Amino acid sequence: MVTLNQLVFVCLAYVVGLFAVAFWAERAAIRGRGNRWLRSPMVYTLSLSIYCTAWTFYGAVGYAARSGLEYLTIYLGPSLVMIGWWWILRRLVRIGRSQRVTSIADLISSRFGKSNTLAVVVTVMAVIGVTPYIALQLQSVVLSLAIFAAPDPLLAVGEDGGFNKGQAAFWVAAGLAVFTLLFGTRNLNVNERHHGVVIAVAVEAVVKLFALIAVGSFVVWGLAGGLGETMARIDASAIGRWEVEGGRWVALTMVSAAAFLCLPRMFQVMVVENDEERHLQIASWAFPLYLVLISLFVVPIAVIGLDLMPAGSNPDLFVLSLPLSQGQNGLAMLAFLGGFSSATSMVIVATLALSTMVSNHIVMPIWLNAGSSGAVQSGDVRAVVIRARRLSVLLIIGFGFLYYRVSGGSSALAAIGTISFGGVAQFLPALLGGIFWRGGTRAGALAGLGVGFSLWVFTMLLPSFGQGAALSVATFEQGVLGLGWLRPQALFGVTGLDPTVHAVFWSVGLNALSFIVVSLVTFPDPIERLQGAQFVNVLEHAGPARGWTATLAGSEDLMIMSQRILGASEAQAFFASHARAQGLPGDLPEPTSDFVQALERELAASVGAATAHAMVSQIVGGTSVSVQDLMAVADESAQMLEYSSQLEAKSRELSATAAQLRSANEKLTQLSLQKDTFLSQISHELRTPMTSIRSFSEILRDAGSMSTEEKTRYASIIHSETIRLTRLLDDLLDLSVLENGQVTLYPAQGRLSDVLDRAQATALAGQSDPIRVVRDDGPEDIHLHTDLDRLVQVFINLVTNAHKYCRADAPELRITVTRRPDDLVVDFVDNGAGLNAEARAVIFEKFSRVAGQDGEGAGLGLAICREVMLRLGGSIEYLPGMAGTGFRVTLPLEAIEAPQKPDIAGISAAS
Amino acid sequence: MTGEPEPVAPPIFLERRSYRRRRLWDAVRLLPFLGAVLWMVPLMWPMPDGADGQGVSTSSALLYIFAVWVFLAFVARLLWRGTSQTADPPD
Repeated sequence: MVTLNQLVFVCLAYVVGLFAVAFWAERAAIRGRGNRWLRSPMVYTLSLSIYCTAWTFYGAVGYAARSGLEYLTIYLGPSLVMIGWWWILRRLVRIGRSQRVTSIADLISSRFGKSNTLAVVVTVMAVIGVTPYIALQLQSVVLSLAIFAAPDPLLAVGEDGGFNKGQAAFWVAAGLAVFTLLFGTRNLNVNERHHGVVIAVAVEAVVKLFALIAVGSFVVWGLAGGLGETMARIDASAIGRWEVEGGRWVALTMVSAAAFLCLPRMFQVMVVENDEERHLQIASWAFPLYLVLISLFVVPIAVIGLDLMPAGSNPDLFVLSLPLSQGQNGLAMLAFLGGFSSATSMVIVATLALSTMVSNHIVMPIWLNAGSSGAVQSGDVRAVVIRARRLSVLLIIGFGFLYYRVSGGSSALAAIGTISFGGVAQFLPALLGGIFWRGGTRAGALAGLGVGFSLWVFTMLLPSFGQGAALSVATFEQGVLGLGWLRPQALFGVTGLDPTVHAVFWSVGLNALSFIVVSLVTFPDPIERLQGAQFVNVLEHAGPARGWTATLAGSEDLMIMSQRILGASEAQAFFASHARAQGLPGDLPEPTSDFVQALERELAASVGAATAHAMVSQIVGGTSVSVQDLMAVADESAQMLEYSSQLEAKSRELSATAAQLRSANEKLTQLSLQKDTFLSQISHELRTPMTSIRSFSEILRDAGSMSTEEKTRYASIIHSETIRLTRLLDDLLDLSVLENGQVTLYPAQGRLSDVLDRAQATALAGQSDPIRVVRDDGPEDIHLHTDLDRLVQVFINLVTNAHKYCRADAPELRITVTRRPDDLVVDFVDNGAGLNAEARAVIFEKFSRVAGQDGEGAGLGLAICREVMLRLGGSIEYLPGMAGTGFRVTLPLEAIEAPQKPDIAGISAAS
Repeated sequence: MTGEPEPVAPPIFLERRSYRRRRLWDAVRLLPFLGAVLWMVPLMWPMPDGADGQGVSTSSALLYIFAVWVFLAFVARLLWRGTSQTADPPD
């Protein structure tokens, strides 16, 4: 029989050995030696085994004895997570490295805009979720001690005189606190990693595995009599049939997978203490193997324990009581050490992780706010941080101790473990949403965590104290305030579910739902969006994209602050190396955005991202998001949008230009055709008079004798042809001037009747048989203000045309003046034959002459008229539907002068 | 053809070794899903009830679950051997 004193002695010796290993590791790490060991993937894998706590060591056997194979779910979930390292863990480790994350609270707060509120919420939830777990470890150590102290080891639980459980728990807690303080809070920078602790955890992992396998082997080959015999006894036992409820199987596997990711201590060893990403892949097969080994003998121990131990003995302690009952004191001692190892390593790492969270996210912000001048004040912050951390360690272990004393340590180990898992699983939606979905917002994370946590408290934590303890029996049966849908184990009227499945389903489900819905309807601020982009794209982007607008920050202020956090020599070295990198003499670098960024990362490794951010922003001040950063927020999508809109604009521009070019080309082609026609017509027009001039001048030159009349006749023909040529050329010149818009108008005042008189007189002067012109004097009495000479030119042309081409027996031209509301119309209608449709279409074109009519005109008159009228702001057009040929001249309203100033008009017209 | 450079596009077909490596990474990604499916097979096992069957004995259930477990760890180790040459997994 082992005495309690012997046991305590062995325990102390073990702890001293552990101290020695941890101490050696610390020293070796400082001197840079032993890296092959300290940073080996094996140590990393073994350190992951803090997942297997005393709950695993003792509780799994109890769990198996009570519920059969259901205990396996606790290992299957983590195995799946490890095997699926590529999906989640790889990202987490990469983010942890690039953002220098110190804890899961730090990760979540950092992802959602470095929100300290979020960090505080996660920290509080983690403390509440993990405290029962720490109490559980204390309980298991005390229970195992009690077994040795009991006079009859078979009656494991029971108060007896020789052993004070409360006192024992106190001393265990105190010892754990000392160990944690010594090795967990020596150095500040979490990224320097706790080599001592990690090595100690690895050693303990080996001890507990070895102990469990030793007990298992003893049970299988020593007590049961071989493998086949063991299998037979398993099938013959009370748990001999597969009786696991499907819902619980799935739900517990999922919860344990989630807890594996979210437990603060797992996050600590898996992400924070990770040295190389490569280790992750090795752990992906090595850690499942470790889990296989550690759970291999659980069922045999449980079954043989149920067989051999008297009814009523605590199945949670079969690992210890079985060897003891068989008189195997050495084995029992080993088993005790194994359980002790599991408990201590878990408490140390969990406390470390939680104390980092508490000091970084709760104590430091309060201390920073309390300080009058904030971050720029004298004194070494390092001392404050370390003190805060030590205080947190004591606080958390104290909580655990208190919980143990208050709860009385009576519940089954496995039940407490499951509840704790359910609590930390609430981080999962925010965690996964944060690293996979850029749309997740801080408000969404807060909502999800709040909803999930409240539901967990209501459906899992409070009911765990039993009906009538925390929640009244009435609440269980009728719901809160008698609302039937608010029953803790039948929310929304869903009854018949297993309480655990029910709690997990509603809490995680509604947690995820609120996270997503609130994220969808809220809008993240710039830092959130920057962080979101960096977290989600961590595998694509190597470096950080955001920066400080650090021009305001004095390097000296930053230096003073960093010295107090990093330590004087470390900070100076850090600043000097950056100054060198910037190519500056001296030790102070320019406070560039990159430098401040690096400094913030460095500080974050010591005090957490949110605190570091707050401290740096106190000094740098103002905005921490520059325009470049905002551009980065809008990154690829915005760039693509911009690019595509640019493309669109360009293509629009191009097609517009192409259309312009096309129309210009058409116009040019048309113009070229017109020019060709024009040239051929004009040469024809010039050729006709030239031919007669040439032939008559040849006759004059070559004829020897010629009468004077003949000479005169020929010379006058040449003369008239020349005049005709000149007139043609004048017309052409006139037309070209008009068409080019180079014509200068000389506006003058005059009466319309005068203008018509002049035109009629000029056109018909010297004609032998002039056309009869019919006019009405009344409407003609209108004062005009326009280029009267040009107008007369148009009228002359019209009257002349009428005189020339009207083939009526008694030719008559009727000129009608009509004043319309917005213009003035002068119609010239004769009593001739009119024009056919074909002629009408071309009558205003150059050189167009009505077919079948002779005349000496070149066909430019109407073209000139049209141009003139265009210049005067009016128009001339053919007037269809008349008895003969009709033309209508329209003058704009501006050309009409008010009739009350006849004198001025007269003078102007005269001048 | 003149000496104009061909536009560089990612090749559609890879040479044998990189093809093999990619499929190994595919396997790394898919392995957890295989594990999840195999471990959810017990959901389909019959429960022992008074009337007909005895259900599944704990020893065979234990064998099945642990066999899957060891198999997954073994495959994961093989994949690690196969992929440890490539520093970065393709995304």
